[in-house]
Amino acid sequence: MNICIKNGRVIDPANERDGVQNVYIGEGKIQSIGRSPNGFVAKLTIDATDKLVMPGFIDLNASLREPGYEQKASIKTETRAAVAAGYTAVCCLPNTKPVLDTPAVVQLILDKADLAGYAKVLPLGALTIGLEGSTLSEMYALKRAGCVAVSQAPNNNISSQVLRRALQYASSHDLLVVLKPEDVAIKDDGCVHDGAMSSRLGLSGIPVSAETVAIAKIIVLAQETGARVHLTGISSADAITMLTRAQFDNIAISADVHAYQLHLTELDVGTFDANYHTSPPLRTCADRDALRAAVVEGVVSVSSGHQPHEEAAKQAPFPSTEAGISGLQTVLPLMLRFVDEGLLGLSQMVDRLATGPATILGLDLGNLTKHSAANICIVDPDKTWQVDEKNWLSRGLNTPFLGLQMKGQVTHTIVNGRVVFKK
Amino acid sequence: MRSSKDSASTSFKAPDSSSLQLNDQGKLRHFLTIDGLSKDTLIDIMDVAESFSGVADQAVKKVPLLRGKTIVNLFFENSTRTRTTFDLAAKRLSADIINLNIATSATTKGESILDTIRNLEAMQVDMFVVRHSDSGAAHFIARHVAPHISVINAGDGRHAHPTQAMLDMFTIRSVKQDFSQLKVAIIGDILHSRVARSQIQALNTLGAKEVRVIAPKTLLPSDTNSLGVHVYGDLRTGLDDVDVVILLRLQRERMGGALLPSEHEYFECFGLTEERLAYAKPDVIVMHPGPINRGVEMDAAVADGPNSVILQQVTNGIAVRMAVMALTLGHNATGHQS
Repeated sequence: MNICIKNGRVIDPANERDGVQNVYIGEGKIQSIGRSPNGFVAKLTIDATDKLVMPGFIDLNASLREPGYEQKASIKTETRAAVAAGYTAVCCLPNTKPVLDTPAVVQLILDKADLAGYAKVLPLGALTIGLEGSTLSEMYALKRAGCVAVSQAPNNNISSQVLRRALQYASSHDLLVVLKPEDVAIKDDGCVHDGAMSSRLGLSGIPVSAETVAIAKIIVLAQETGARVHLTGISSADAITMLTRAQFDNIAISADVHAYQLHLTELDVGTFDANYHTSPPLRTCADRDALRAAVVEGVVSVSSGHQPHEEAAKQAPFPSTEAGISGLQTVLPLMLRFVDEGLLGLSQMVDRLATGPATILGLDLGNLTKHSAANICIVDPDKTWQVDEKNWLSRGLNTPFLGLQMKGQVTHTIVNGRVVFKK
Repeated sequence: MRSSKDSASTSFKAPDSSSLQLNDQGKLRHFLTIDGLSKDTLIDIMDVAESFSGVADQAVKKVPLLRGKTIVNLFFENSTRTRTTFDLAAKRLSADIINLNIATSATTKGESILDTIRNLEAMQVDMFVVRHSDSGAAHFIARHVAPHISVINAGDGRHAHPTQAMLDMFTIRSVKQDFSQLKVAIIGDILHSRVARSQIQALNTLGAKEVRVIAPKTLLPSDTNSLGVHVYGDLRTGLDDVDVVILLRLQRERMGGALLPSEHEYFECFGLTEERLAYAKPDVIVMHPGPINRGVEMDAAVADGPNSVILQQVTNGIAVRMAVMALTLGHNATGHQS
């Protein structure tokens, strides 16, 4: 179907484009930006006056919970939440049940995503069988089945030796390895940042060294093996320092931070509010400020860290609750808030949410290049909405932003030239 | 909590915090933590406890204050002495009390705790006295109970043990009177101690001159100074000129977790002997929440010596718990008139 998006502010950092233009879509692809192609007749015209027209966002870290944890969420509910949040593609972590370590599970997930018809799902295959950290998965088979990378997330339960071999093996198949840098022995039973709040509330702390020890090891092994590594969900200033240094040394390593980490700190845990039980933990104001600076400087991309939960998972004393925030739907408003604070340009925002992640994954996404697949979101940046059950599409209502006003509403999301979300 | 937030502008919410345990008039309706309570509230608890301390000396050790009220001792973690003192406190106030020991293994899921609470609520109880191995458990239950029910924290994880702290303050006051002149040293496993956290908060709220902690770094929280204490690594300097020494119980499992090499070495470095006690003021008092590991935290001679007020602590525990029960049930939605 031919679609014309009229008079929107088109922001496409991949093509260094930022200006009011028309976008013409046909046969699932971008036919032209600016001038109407010869003989183009729009079947649908979207008036995007005063709106932002951007490449659809690509999430580097989401748990979609299917198969295996359907009490928390499903591919259908979460990909629908994704498109409502401006995402056109979502990387799903391999922590399903069964674990995403065989082509059959990959196929199941891709079929479910196709059937749902919302966002594209980009599976991250398990790095080791069952994510148990001992036997390598059949990475070549996973790649052929459609995995865009392999990952040990959401844990980093793997010995140094197996990690080293897994990186060697993945790099011989030119596979990106996505790791959550967390030394599980140092983390132990920690549930919040090891600092003032853990001291005060008597909660087991997760020291920054749980992250930095893991990163140090990963950087050394990435350099030695030549593997491409992506660190997902980093949380501390020290991690940023190490990452910056490694990138300066030309080691093939990238990273993302979860959007909520740019706004929340350990102090928000308040009095045992389980919606602030996150993984990685919320850290100090200084850490948050370092993460913000890293986003501004383009050292890291931004992901959702989406972990939807059923109500019961958060209905317990704090240490016994499950960690995680249902994050997809608040990423854009949180980033626009960051933009409003004058720290980040819109074009940089699109880069951290779409163009950057596409580059990390090595996929032709995250751009509005002529003849590329039309994956687009249109956003009214001034429209406010409330985080409540009515506006929430993820099945997990575990968000610390519940009840708050968010600025920035997705009005249309287009995947492969098809309008899959409209508000 | 708001005050410590140095860049509140980017934060999204105001913490709900200590208001949970106070009613609209700022009076205690739950007793969950010392954190956030005023000096007046703590003095009020001690004054009421004082008025109850004569009850045990009467021929009939009972007052009819909570007659007709039902109190449930809800213990998700084993305890004998704390539970017994709550039991006695309730009985001396003429309340009906039920003891429930719920093995934690049966309630690893939060909904089970809520189910337990809902079921007991359906039996029209008035108060839960809660002990649980998770920090924050009492807050969690207080957030979910019906408005007329009071919750008393009898120890939650490493977080708080406010009635223990108040009985300690009551004991200190009965011997030393003026907190503003006192130097207090707490020795031992601060990291894992809910007792220490509540004591530190109470001592600082009551205006103690100095609160010290003495422990190896493995048994200290990462940001100990933020608790409002001075940290000492050895007894000689840490005990110098102190008026009150509080010892903490050392759990055996600390040796397994690579936090300490042995009980022997702990005693060598941090065990309180008569000789070491001499570093402190001559009229120093020695306290311990019990049960004591003789020869680990302290010598038997110190535990049973003239400076020890350990058994007074036990006696005071009942009056303080009576006070907290009477105050919270008096301030909740229905009051305690009977």
